[in-house]
Amino acid sequence: MYPHTDHQTNQPILDVKNVNVRYNGRAALEEITFHLHEGERVAVVGPNGAGKSTLFKVVAGVLQPNSGEVNIFGSKPGRHVCIAYIPQRSQVDWSFPVNVADVVMMGRSAKLGPLNFPRKKDRDFVHHALETVDLSDLASRQISQLSGGQQQRMFIARALAQEAELMLMDEPLSGLDTPSQEGILSLLDRLKKENVTVMVATHDLDQAASHFDRIMLLNHHIVAFGNPKDVLHTDNLLKAYGGKLKPVDGQNILNTDDCCDDGEDDHTH
Amino acid sequence: MTAVTTGKMTTLINLLTAPLQYEFMVRGMFAAVLVGIVCAVVGTYVVLRGMAFFGDALAHTILPGIALGYLITGGARDVLFWWALGTAIVAALGIGAISKNSQIKEDTSIGVIFAGMFALGIALISTVKSYAVDLSHFLFGDVLSVSTQSLWLIIIFGGLVLLTVFAFYKEFMTLSFDPILAATLRLPVGLLNNLLLTLIAVTVAVSLQTVGVALMVAMLVTPAATAYLLTHRLSTMMFIAVIFASLSGVIGLYLSYYLSIASGAAIVLTATFFFLMTFVGKRVK
Repeated sequence: MYPHTDHQTNQPILDVKNVNVRYNGRAALEEITFHLHEGERVAVVGPNGAGKSTLFKVVAGVLQPNSGEVNIFGSKPGRHVCIAYIPQRSQVDWSFPVNVADVVMMGRSAKLGPLNFPRKKDRDFVHHALETVDLSDLASRQISQLSGGQQQRMFIARALAQEAELMLMDEPLSGLDTPSQEGILSLLDRLKKENVTVMVATHDLDQAASHFDRIMLLNHHIVAFGNPKDVLHTDNLLKAYGGKLKPVDGQNILNTDDCCDDGEDDHTH
Repeated sequence: MTAVTTGKMTTLINLLTAPLQYEFMVRGMFAAVLVGIVCAVVGTYVVLRGMAFFGDALAHTILPGIALGYLITGGARDVLFWWALGTAIVAALGIGAISKNSQIKEDTSIGVIFAGMFALGIALISTVKSYAVDLSHFLFGDVLSVSTQSLWLIIIFGGLVLLTVFAFYKEFMTLSFDPILAATLRLPVGLLNNLLLTLIAVTVAVSLQTVGVALMVAMLVTPAATAYLLTHRLSTMMFIAVIFASLSGVIGLYLSYYLSIASGAAIVLTATFFFLMTFVGKRVK
Protein backbone atom coordinates (compact mmCIF):
# COMPACT_ATOMS: atom_id res chain seq x y z
CA MET A 1 0.00 0.00 0.00
CA TYR A 2 1.06 3.58 -0.53
CA PRO A 3 1.78 5.59 2.63
CA HIS A 4 -1.26 6.45 4.70
CA THR A 5 -1.52 7.84 8.17
CA ASP A 6 -4.20 8.03 10.82
CA HIS A 7 -5.79 11.25 12.03
CA GLN A 8 -5.61 12.46 15.60
CA THR A 9 -9.08 13.96 15.78
CA ASN A 10 -8.24 16.17 18.78
CA GLN A 11 -5.72 18.05 16.57
CA PRO A 12 -6.64 20.80 14.07
CA ILE A 13 -7.06 19.76 10.43
CA LEU A 14 -4.26 22.18 9.53
CA ASP A 15 -1.67 23.70 11.84
CA VAL A 16 1.13 25.79 10.28
CA LYS A 17 3.96 27.04 12.51
CA ASN A 18 6.74 29.49 11.59
CA VAL A 19 7.02 28.31 7.99
CA ASN A 20 9.72 29.93 5.85
CA VAL A 21 10.37 29.18 2.18
CA ARG A 22 13.17 30.76 0.14
CA TYR A 23 13.78 30.53 -3.60
CA ASN A 24 17.32 31.37 -4.67
CA GLY A 25 17.85 33.50 -1.59
CA ARG A 26 14.58 35.39 -2.05
CA ALA A 27 11.92 34.92 0.60
CA ALA A 28 8.69 33.42 -0.78
CA LEU A 29 7.07 32.81 2.59
CA GLU A 30 8.12 34.36 5.89
CA GLU A 31 7.12 33.15 9.35
CA ILE A 32 3.71 31.82 8.34
CA THR A 33 1.72 30.70 11.39
CA PHE A 34 -2.00 29.88 11.46
CA HIS A 35 -4.42 27.02 11.94
CA LEU A 36 -7.76 26.05 10.40
CA HIS A 37 -10.92 24.54 11.82
CA GLU A 38 -12.68 21.66 10.16
CA GLY A 39 -15.29 22.64 7.58
CA GLU A 40 -13.98 26.19 7.36
CA ARG A 41 -13.78 28.11 4.10
CA VAL A 42 -10.78 30.40 3.84
CA ALA A 43 -9.92 32.79 1.03
CA VAL A 44 -6.23 33.49 0.51
CA VAL A 45 -5.89 36.92 -1.06
CA GLY A 46 -2.75 38.66 -2.23
CA PRO A 47 -0.93 40.05 -5.29
CA ASN A 48 0.68 37.82 -7.92
CA GLY A 49 3.85 36.27 -6.59
CA ALA A 50 2.72 36.74 -2.98
CA GLY A 51 3.39 33.06 -2.28
CA LYS A 52 -0.16 31.65 -2.49
CA SER A 53 0.80 28.66 -4.66
CA THR A 54 3.91 28.10 -2.55
CA LEU A 55 1.84 28.08 0.63
CA PHE A 56 -0.57 25.53 -0.87
CA LYS A 57 2.29 23.28 -1.97
CA VAL A 58 3.86 23.40 1.47
CA VAL A 59 0.50 22.57 3.08
CA ALA A 60 -0.02 19.72 0.59
CA GLY A 61 3.39 18.34 1.52
CA VAL A 62 4.80 18.44 -2.01
CA LEU A 63 7.25 21.27 -1.17
CA GLN A 64 9.49 21.16 1.90
CA PRO A 65 9.75 24.49 3.76
CA ASN A 66 13.24 25.72 4.69
CA SER A 67 12.09 25.96 8.28
CA GLY A 68 8.94 25.63 10.34
CA GLU A 69 6.42 22.83 10.34
CA VAL A 70 3.03 21.83 8.95
CA ASN A 71 0.74 19.37 10.71
CA ILE A 72 -2.43 17.79 9.38
CA PHE A 73 -4.49 16.27 12.19
CA GLY A 74 -1.35 16.14 14.29
CA SER A 75 1.19 14.73 11.82
CA LYS A 76 3.31 15.82 8.85
CA PRO A 77 1.45 16.15 5.52
CA GLY A 78 3.83 13.80 3.69
CA ARG A 79 1.81 10.67 4.49
CA HIS A 80 -1.72 12.12 4.32
CA VAL A 81 -3.90 11.38 1.31
CA CYS A 82 -6.73 13.61 2.54
CA ILE A 83 -5.29 16.80 0.97
CA ALA A 84 -6.28 17.76 -2.57
CA TYR A 85 -4.34 20.40 -4.49
CA ILE A 86 -6.40 21.73 -7.37
CA PRO A 87 -4.03 23.36 -9.88
CA GLN A 88 -4.53 26.58 -11.81
CA ARG A 89 -6.14 25.70 -15.12
CA SER A 90 -3.20 27.21 -17.00
CA GLN A 91 -0.92 24.60 -15.41
CA VAL A 92 -2.81 21.65 -16.91
CA ASP A 93 -2.12 19.84 -20.20
CA TRP A 94 -5.66 19.91 -21.56
CA SER A 95 -4.72 17.95 -24.69
CA PHE A 96 -3.80 14.89 -22.60
CA PRO A 97 -5.80 11.90 -23.92
CA VAL A 98 -8.18 11.38 -21.01
CA ASN A 99 -11.88 11.98 -20.50
CA VAL A 100 -13.62 13.49 -17.48
CA ALA A 101 -14.25 10.15 -15.76
CA ASP A 102 -10.58 9.14 -16.26
CA VAL A 103 -9.39 12.29 -14.48
CA VAL A 104 -11.82 11.82 -11.60
CA MET A 105 -10.76 8.16 -11.31
CA MET A 106 -7.14 9.32 -10.89
CA GLY A 107 -8.22 10.59 -7.47
CA ARG A 108 -8.76 6.94 -6.47
CA SER A 109 -5.14 5.92 -7.23
CA ALA A 110 -3.99 6.21 -3.61
CA LYS A 111 -6.88 4.35 -2.01
CA LEU A 112 -6.59 1.63 -4.65
CA GLY A 113 -2.92 0.96 -3.94
CA PRO A 114 -0.44 -0.54 -6.38
CA LEU A 115 -1.35 -3.31 -8.86
CA ASN A 116 -5.09 -2.86 -8.30
CA PHE A 117 -7.55 -1.85 -10.95
CA PRO A 118 -10.71 0.17 -10.24
CA ARG A 119 -13.54 -1.86 -8.71
CA LYS A 120 -17.22 -1.16 -8.43
CA LYS A 121 -16.70 0.83 -5.23
CA ASP A 122 -14.28 3.15 -7.05
CA ARG A 123 -16.61 3.57 -10.00
CA ASP A 124 -19.38 4.42 -7.53
CA PHE A 125 -17.17 7.09 -5.96
CA VAL A 126 -16.48 8.59 -9.39
CA HIS A 127 -20.16 8.44 -10.33
CA HIS A 128 -21.20 10.12 -7.09
CA ALA A 129 -18.49 12.78 -7.37
CA LEU A 130 -19.56 13.64 -10.92
CA GLU A 131 -23.17 13.89 -9.74
CA THR A 132 -22.21 16.25 -6.94
CA VAL A 133 -20.55 18.66 -9.37
CA ASP A 134 -23.26 18.23 -12.05
CA LEU A 135 -20.96 16.68 -14.65
CA SER A 136 -22.54 13.23 -14.99
CA ASP A 137 -23.61 13.96 -18.56
CA LEU A 138 -20.07 14.85 -19.59
CA ALA A 139 -18.30 11.84 -18.04
CA SER A 140 -16.97 10.58 -21.36
CA ARG A 141 -16.13 14.01 -22.78
CA GLN A 142 -12.47 14.74 -23.61
CA ILE A 143 -11.18 17.29 -21.11
CA SER A 144 -10.23 19.94 -23.68
CA GLN A 145 -13.87 20.13 -24.75
CA LEU A 146 -15.02 21.41 -21.36
CA SER A 147 -15.67 25.04 -20.50
CA GLY A 148 -13.49 26.67 -17.84
CA GLY A 149 -16.12 26.23 -15.16
CA GLN A 150 -16.65 22.57 -16.08
CA GLN A 151 -12.89 21.96 -15.97
CA GLN A 152 -12.78 23.44 -12.47
CA ARG A 153 -15.73 21.34 -11.33
CA MET A 154 -14.07 18.23 -12.75
CA PHE A 155 -11.08 18.84 -10.47
CA ILE A 156 -13.39 19.30 -7.49
CA ALA A 157 -14.98 15.97 -8.40
CA ARG A 158 -11.49 14.44 -8.51
CA ALA A 159 -10.84 15.80 -5.01
CA LEU A 160 -14.15 14.28 -3.85
CA ALA A 161 -13.20 10.91 -5.37
CA GLN A 162 -9.92 11.21 -3.49
CA GLU A 163 -12.05 11.57 -0.30
CA ALA A 164 -10.19 14.80 0.42
CA GLU A 165 -10.93 16.59 3.69
CA LEU A 166 -8.79 19.61 2.89
CA MET A 167 -9.06 21.13 -0.59
CA LEU A 168 -6.52 23.71 -1.75
CA MET A 169 -7.77 25.52 -4.85
CA ASP A 170 -5.34 27.70 -6.76
CA GLU A 171 -7.23 30.57 -8.44
CA PRO A 172 -10.32 28.48 -9.28
CA LEU A 173 -12.37 31.56 -10.19
CA SER A 174 -9.98 33.48 -12.40
CA GLY A 175 -10.81 33.50 -16.09
CA LEU A 176 -14.38 32.28 -15.50
CA ASP A 177 -17.55 34.15 -16.43
CA THR A 178 -19.89 35.18 -13.62
CA PRO A 179 -22.36 32.25 -13.89
CA SER A 180 -19.45 29.76 -13.80
CA GLN A 181 -17.99 31.54 -10.78
CA GLU A 182 -21.38 31.38 -9.06
CA GLY A 183 -21.51 27.65 -9.86
CA ILE A 184 -18.16 27.04 -8.18
CA LEU A 185 -19.06 29.18 -5.16
CA SER A 186 -22.38 27.39 -4.60
CA LEU A 187 -20.47 24.11 -4.90
CA LEU A 188 -18.22 25.32 -2.08
CA ASP A 189 -21.34 25.87 0.03
CA ARG A 190 -22.34 22.26 -0.60
CA LEU A 191 -18.85 21.08 0.39
CA LYS A 192 -19.20 22.87 3.72
CA LYS A 193 -22.19 20.66 4.50
CA GLU A 194 -19.95 17.62 3.94
CA ASN A 195 -17.46 19.13 6.38
CA VAL A 196 -14.75 19.63 3.74
CA THR A 197 -12.26 22.35 4.66
CA VAL A 198 -11.41 24.63 1.77
CA MET A 199 -8.62 27.12 1.08
CA VAL A 200 -9.10 29.15 -2.08
CA ALA A 201 -6.57 31.52 -3.63
CA THR A 202 -8.39 34.41 -5.24
CA HIS A 203 -8.01 37.97 -6.46
CA ASP A 204 -11.62 38.97 -5.98
CA LEU A 205 -12.08 40.81 -2.68
CA ASP A 206 -15.87 41.04 -3.03
CA GLN A 207 -16.27 37.30 -3.44
CA ALA A 208 -13.76 36.66 -0.68
CA ALA A 209 -15.82 38.84 1.64
CA SER A 210 -19.20 37.36 0.74
CA HIS A 211 -18.50 33.63 0.42
CA PHE A 212 -15.76 32.78 2.92
CA ASP A 213 -15.61 32.40 6.68
CA ARG A 214 -12.16 33.92 7.00
CA ILE A 215 -9.78 35.83 4.76
CA MET A 216 -6.01 35.55 4.80
CA LEU A 217 -4.20 38.56 3.32
CA LEU A 218 -0.86 37.24 2.11
CA ASN A 219 2.19 39.01 0.76
CA HIS A 220 5.06 36.65 1.61
CA HIS A 221 3.97 37.03 5.24
CA ILE A 222 0.46 37.06 6.68
CA VAL A 223 -0.68 40.68 6.63
CA ALA A 224 -3.99 39.88 8.30
CA PHE A 225 -6.13 36.80 8.95
CA GLY A 226 -9.64 36.86 10.32
CA ASN A 227 -13.29 37.66 9.59
CA PRO A 228 -13.81 39.52 6.33
CA LYS A 229 -15.01 42.70 8.03
CA ASP A 230 -11.96 42.77 10.32
CA VAL A 231 -9.47 42.04 7.57
CA LEU A 232 -10.60 44.15 4.64
CA HIS A 233 -9.41 47.54 5.85
CA THR A 234 -7.57 50.05 3.73
CA ASP A 235 -4.48 49.81 5.93
CA ASN A 236 -4.28 46.06 5.51
CA LEU A 237 -4.95 46.20 1.78
CA LEU A 238 -2.29 48.82 1.32
CA LYS A 239 0.12 46.62 3.25
CA ALA A 240 -0.72 43.61 1.09
CA TYR A 241 -1.02 45.31 -2.30
CA GLY A 242 0.51 48.77 -2.05
CA GLY A 243 3.94 49.62 -3.42
CA LYS A 244 6.58 49.68 -0.72
CA LEU A 245 10.30 49.55 -0.24
CA LYS A 246 11.38 46.25 1.20
CA PRO A 247 14.93 45.15 1.98
CA VAL A 248 15.84 41.75 0.55
CA ASP A 249 19.31 40.40 1.27
CA GLY A 250 20.65 43.84 2.03
CA GLN A 251 19.50 45.33 -1.26
CA ASN A 252 16.55 47.62 -1.69
CA ILE A 253 14.09 46.14 -4.12
CA LEU A 254 11.01 48.02 -5.10
CA ASN A 255 8.15 45.65 -4.45
CA THR A 256 5.08 46.95 -6.25
CA ASP A 257 1.72 45.29 -6.58
CA ASP A 258 1.17 42.66 -9.29
CA CYS A 259 4.87 42.44 -9.99
CA CYS A 260 4.17 39.20 -11.86
CA ASP A 261 7.40 37.43 -10.88
CA ASP A 262 5.42 34.30 -10.28
CA GLY A 263 8.51 32.12 -10.52
CA GLU A 264 7.40 29.98 -7.62
CA ASP A 265 6.30 27.01 -9.69
CA ASP A 266 9.64 26.47 -11.39
CA HIS A 267 11.73 25.63 -8.37
CA THR A 268 10.41 22.64 -6.52
CA HIS A 269 13.49 21.60 -4.60
CA MET B 1 -13.78 -15.33 -60.57
CA THR B 2 -12.36 -14.69 -63.97
CA ALA B 3 -9.04 -16.08 -64.99
CA VAL B 4 -7.52 -12.60 -64.91
CA THR B 5 -8.49 -11.84 -61.29
CA THR B 6 -7.43 -15.34 -60.23
CA GLY B 7 -4.12 -14.66 -61.88
CA LYS B 8 -3.81 -11.33 -60.06
CA MET B 9 -4.67 -12.98 -56.75
CA THR B 10 -2.01 -15.61 -57.28
CA THR B 11 0.54 -12.95 -58.09
CA LEU B 12 -0.35 -11.01 -54.94
CA ILE B 13 -0.14 -14.13 -52.79
CA ASN B 14 3.18 -14.96 -54.39
CA LEU B 15 4.43 -11.44 -53.70
CA LEU B 16 3.44 -11.74 -50.06
CA THR B 17 4.71 -15.26 -49.46
CA ALA B 18 7.89 -15.21 -51.52
CA PRO B 19 9.98 -13.42 -48.86
CA LEU B 20 8.63 -15.73 -46.15
CA GLN B 21 10.41 -18.77 -47.61
CA TYR B 22 13.54 -17.36 -46.02
CA GLU B 23 13.81 -18.04 -42.33
CA PHE B 24 15.67 -14.80 -41.69
CA MET B 25 12.75 -12.89 -43.22
CA VAL B 26 10.27 -14.60 -40.92
CA ARG B 27 12.45 -13.95 -37.87
CA GLY B 28 12.94 -10.36 -39.00
CA MET B 29 9.19 -9.95 -39.45
CA PHE B 30 8.56 -11.25 -35.92
CA ALA B 31 11.26 -9.00 -34.49
CA ALA B 32 9.97 -5.92 -36.32
CA VAL B 33 6.40 -6.48 -35.10
CA LEU B 34 7.40 -7.23 -31.50
CA VAL B 35 9.73 -4.24 -31.33
CA GLY B 36 7.02 -2.12 -32.90
CA ILE B 37 4.53 -3.13 -30.21
CA VAL B 38 6.90 -2.41 -27.33
CA CYS B 39 8.08 0.90 -28.82
CA ALA B 40 4.51 2.01 -29.49
CA VAL B 41 3.34 1.39 -25.93
CA VAL B 42 6.35 2.97 -24.24
CA GLY B 43 6.42 5.67 -26.92
CA THR B 44 2.95 6.77 -25.85
CA TYR B 45 4.47 8.07 -22.62
CA VAL B 46 7.48 9.48 -24.50
CA VAL B 47 5.09 11.55 -26.65
CA LEU B 48 2.76 12.62 -23.84
CA ARG B 49 5.60 13.65 -21.53
CA GLY B 50 7.58 15.44 -24.25
CA MET B 51 10.56 13.08 -23.91
CA ALA B 52 11.38 12.65 -27.61
CA PHE B 53 14.74 14.36 -27.23
CA PHE B 54 15.51 12.23 -24.18
CA GLY B 55 14.72 9.06 -26.16
CA ASP B 56 16.90 10.15 -29.05
CA ALA B 57 19.76 11.07 -26.71
CA LEU B 58 19.45 7.83 -24.77
CA ALA B 59 19.65 5.73 -27.94
CA HIS B 60 22.80 7.55 -29.06
CA THR B 61 24.37 7.42 -25.60
CA ILE B 62 24.47 3.62 -25.55
CA LEU B 63 26.82 3.45 -28.57
CA PRO B 64 30.04 3.39 -26.50
CA GLY B 65 28.62 0.51 -24.45
CA ILE B 66 27.84 -1.46 -27.59
CA ALA B 67 31.27 -0.56 -28.99
CA LEU B 68 33.00 -1.81 -25.87
CA GLY B 69 31.09 -5.09 -26.01
CA TYR B 70 31.92 -5.34 -29.70
CA LEU B 71 35.64 -4.88 -29.06
CA ILE B 72 35.77 -7.25 -26.10
CA THR B 73 33.73 -10.06 -27.61
CA GLY B 74 35.26 -9.71 -31.06
CA GLY B 75 32.12 -8.79 -32.94
CA ALA B 76 29.63 -11.40 -31.69
CA ARG B 77 26.11 -9.99 -32.17
CA ASP B 78 24.01 -11.91 -29.68
CA VAL B 79 25.88 -10.79 -26.56
CA LEU B 80 25.66 -7.14 -27.63
CA PHE B 81 22.10 -7.06 -26.31
CA TRP B 82 23.39 -7.30 -22.75
CA TRP B 83 25.93 -4.54 -23.32
CA ALA B 84 23.21 -2.37 -24.84
CA LEU B 85 20.83 -3.12 -21.96
CA GLY B 86 23.40 -2.34 -19.27
CA THR B 87 24.53 0.90 -20.89
CA ALA B 88 20.96 2.00 -21.60
CA ILE B 89 19.83 1.60 -17.99
CA VAL B 90 22.91 3.38 -16.60
CA ALA B 91 22.55 6.15 -19.19
CA ALA B 92 18.80 6.58 -18.60
CA LEU B 93 19.12 6.91 -14.82
CA GLY B 94 22.23 9.07 -15.29
CA ILE B 95 20.47 11.46 -17.65
CA GLY B 96 17.49 11.47 -15.26
CA ALA B 97 19.73 12.49 -12.35
CA ILE B 98 21.51 15.16 -14.42
CA SER B 99 18.29 16.75 -15.60
CA LYS B 100 17.06 16.96 -12.00
CA ASN B 101 20.20 18.52 -10.51
CA SER B 102 21.65 20.44 -13.43
CA GLN B 103 22.80 24.05 -13.18
CA ILE B 104 22.32 24.55 -16.92
CA LYS B 105 19.13 23.84 -18.86
CA GLU B 106 18.11 20.20 -19.08
CA ASP B 107 18.21 19.84 -22.87
CA THR B 108 21.62 21.50 -23.04
CA SER B 109 23.21 19.13 -20.53
CA ILE B 110 21.58 16.13 -22.22
CA GLY B 111 22.84 17.40 -25.60
CA VAL B 112 26.41 17.77 -24.35
CA ILE B 113 26.53 14.27 -22.86
CA PHE B 114 24.75 12.55 -25.72
CA ALA B 115 27.01 13.96 -28.44
CA GLY B 116 30.12 13.24 -26.37
CA MET B 117 29.14 9.64 -25.67
CA PHE B 118 28.14 9.11 -29.30
CA ALA B 119 31.56 10.37 -30.45
CA LEU B 120 33.25 8.07 -27.94
CA GLY B 121 31.31 5.14 -29.38
CA ILE B 122 32.32 5.96 -32.94
CA ALA B 123 35.95 6.43 -31.85
CA LEU B 124 35.97 3.02 -30.16
CA ILE B 125 34.42 1.22 -33.13
CA SER B 126 36.74 2.95 -35.59
CA THR B 127 39.73 1.21 -33.97
CA VAL B 128 38.57 -1.95 -35.75
CA LYS B 129 39.60 -2.26 -39.39
CA SER B 130 36.30 -3.36 -40.88
CA TYR B 131 34.29 -0.93 -38.83
CA ALA B 132 32.19 0.71 -41.54
CA VAL B 133 29.74 -2.17 -42.01
CA ASP B 134 29.31 -2.93 -38.32
CA LEU B 135 28.92 0.72 -37.43
CA SER B 136 26.18 1.15 -39.99
CA HIS B 137 24.37 -1.85 -38.48
CA PHE B 138 24.52 -0.32 -35.01
CA LEU B 139 23.35 3.01 -36.34
CA PHE B 140 20.58 1.92 -38.66
CA GLY B 141 19.71 -1.61 -37.56
CA ASP B 142 19.95 -4.98 -39.25
CA VAL B 143 16.70 -6.76 -38.55
CA LEU B 144 17.38 -9.51 -41.07
CA SER B 145 20.32 -10.76 -39.02
CA VAL B 146 18.21 -11.32 -35.89
CA SER B 147 18.99 -14.79 -34.55
CA THR B 148 16.53 -17.09 -32.80
CA GLN B 149 18.30 -16.33 -29.54
CA SER B 150 17.94 -12.57 -30.09
CA LEU B 151 14.29 -13.09 -30.89
CA TRP B 152 13.81 -14.80 -27.52
CA LEU B 153 15.51 -11.90 -25.75
CA ILE B 154 13.16 -9.49 -27.54
CA ILE B 155 10.15 -11.57 -26.49
CA ILE B 156 11.23 -11.85 -22.84
CA PHE B 157 12.37 -8.28 -22.25
CA GLY B 158 9.69 -6.74 -24.45
CA GLY B 159 7.13 -8.80 -22.53
CA LEU B 160 8.52 -7.54 -19.22
CA VAL B 161 8.19 -3.94 -20.42
CA LEU B 162 4.57 -4.45 -21.51
CA LEU B 163 3.71 -6.21 -18.26
CA THR B 164 5.17 -3.34 -16.20
CA VAL B 165 3.30 -0.70 -18.19
CA PHE B 166 0.10 -2.69 -17.66
CA ALA B 167 0.71 -3.19 -13.92
CA PHE B 168 1.39 0.51 -13.26
CA TYR B 169 -1.06 1.86 -15.82
CA LYS B 170 -3.00 4.12 -13.43
CA GLU B 171 0.17 5.31 -11.67
CA PHE B 172 1.93 6.27 -14.91
CA MET B 173 -1.21 7.96 -16.22
CA THR B 174 -1.67 9.98 -13.01
CA LEU B 175 2.01 10.93 -12.86
CA SER B 176 2.12 11.98 -16.50
CA PHE B 177 -1.06 14.04 -16.37
CA ASP B 178 -0.55 15.75 -13.02
CA PRO B 179 2.71 15.19 -11.10
CA ILE B 180 1.45 17.26 -8.15
CA LEU B 181 -1.63 15.06 -7.85
CA ALA B 182 0.63 12.00 -7.87
CA ALA B 183 2.65 13.60 -5.06
CA THR B 184 -0.40 14.49 -2.95
CA LEU B 185 -1.72 10.96 -3.40
CA ARG B 186 1.67 9.91 -2.00
CA LEU B 187 2.51 7.76 -5.00
CA PRO B 188 6.26 7.01 -5.06
CA VAL B 189 6.93 9.69 -7.67
CA GLY B 190 10.72 9.37 -7.80
CA LEU B 191 10.56 5.59 -8.04
CA LEU B 192 7.91 5.71 -10.78
CA ASN B 193 9.91 8.26 -12.78
CA ASN B 194 12.98 6.07 -12.62
CA LEU B 195 10.92 3.02 -13.51
CA LEU B 196 9.65 4.80 -16.61
CA LEU B 197 13.21 5.79 -17.57
CA THR B 198 14.26 2.17 -17.11
CA LEU B 199 11.39 0.98 -19.31
CA ILE B 200 12.52 3.36 -22.07
CA ALA B 201 16.07 2.06 -21.62
CA VAL B 202 15.02 -1.59 -21.96
CA THR B 203 12.93 -0.67 -25.00
CA VAL B 204 15.98 0.96 -26.60
CA ALA B 205 18.08 -2.17 -25.98
CA VAL B 206 15.35 -4.44 -27.33
CA SER B 207 14.97 -2.31 -30.49
CA LEU B 208 18.66 -1.93 -31.22
CA GLN B 209 18.93 -4.66 -33.85
CA THR B 210 15.71 -3.69 -35.59
CA VAL B 211 16.09 0.04 -36.16
CA GLY B 212 19.50 0.93 -34.77
CA VAL B 213 20.62 3.82 -32.64
CA ALA B 214 19.99 6.65 -35.08
CA LEU B 215 16.44 5.71 -36.08
CA MET B 216 15.28 4.60 -32.62
CA VAL B 217 13.49 7.82 -31.78
CA ALA B 218 11.25 7.36 -34.81
CA MET B 219 9.96 4.01 -33.49
CA LEU B 220 9.38 5.55 -30.06
CA VAL B 221 7.64 8.67 -31.28
CA THR B 222 6.07 8.28 -34.73
CA PRO B 223 3.42 5.55 -34.18
CA ALA B 224 2.44 7.10 -30.83
CA ALA B 225 2.21 10.55 -32.41
CA THR B 226 0.01 9.15 -35.19
CA ALA B 227 -2.27 7.58 -32.60
CA TYR B 228 -2.35 10.83 -30.60
CA LEU B 229 -3.97 12.51 -33.61
CA LEU B 230 -6.74 9.93 -33.71
CA THR B 231 -8.01 9.44 -30.16
CA HIS B 232 -8.76 11.06 -26.81
CA ARG B 233 -8.17 8.04 -24.56
CA LEU B 234 -4.81 6.83 -23.32
CA SER B 235 -5.55 3.11 -23.68
CA THR B 236 -6.94 3.62 -27.19
CA MET B 237 -3.88 5.68 -28.08
CA MET B 238 -1.64 2.78 -27.06
CA PHE B 239 -3.75 0.34 -29.04
CA ILE B 240 -3.76 2.44 -32.23
CA ALA B 241 -0.02 3.08 -31.88
CA VAL B 242 0.55 -0.68 -31.67
CA ILE B 243 -1.43 -1.23 -34.87
CA PHE B 244 0.52 1.43 -36.79
CA ALA B 245 3.86 0.20 -35.46
CA SER B 246 3.15 -3.46 -36.35
CA LEU B 247 1.92 -2.50 -39.81
CA SER B 248 5.02 -0.36 -40.32
CA GLY B 249 7.22 -3.31 -39.35
CA VAL B 250 5.57 -5.71 -41.79
CA ILE B 251 5.11 -3.30 -44.71
CA GLY B 252 8.60 -1.88 -44.16
CA LEU B 253 10.18 -5.30 -44.43
CA TYR B 254 8.33 -6.10 -47.67
CA LEU B 255 9.48 -2.76 -49.09
CA SER B 256 12.99 -3.54 -47.96
CA TYR B 257 12.85 -6.95 -49.69
CA TYR B 258 11.42 -5.77 -53.01
CA LEU B 259 13.11 -2.39 -53.32
CA SER B 260 16.41 -3.54 -51.79
CA ILE B 261 16.51 -0.70 -49.28
CA ALA B 262 17.82 -0.80 -45.71
CA SER B 263 15.25 -2.50 -43.46
CA GLY B 264 15.36 -0.03 -40.56
CA ALA B 265 14.92 2.91 -42.91
CA ALA B 266 12.05 1.18 -44.71
CA ILE B 267 10.20 0.55 -41.43
CA VAL B 268 10.67 4.12 -40.26
CA LEU B 269 9.65 5.54 -43.64
CA THR B 270 6.45 3.49 -43.54
CA ALA B 271 5.66 4.76 -40.04
CA THR B 272 6.38 8.32 -41.18
CA PHE B 273 4.09 7.83 -44.18
CA PHE B 274 1.25 6.76 -41.86
CA PHE B 275 1.86 9.80 -39.69
CA LEU B 276 1.80 12.21 -42.64
CA MET B 277 -1.35 10.63 -44.10
CA THR B 278 -3.10 10.89 -40.73
CA PHE B 279 -1.91 14.46 -40.22
CA VAL B 280 -3.06 15.57 -43.67
CA GLY B 281 -6.29 13.57 -43.36
CA LYS B 282 -7.14 15.36 -40.13
CA ARG B 283 -6.41 18.74 -41.73
CA VAL B 284 -8.57 18.09 -44.79
CA LYS B 285 -11.46 16.98 -42.61
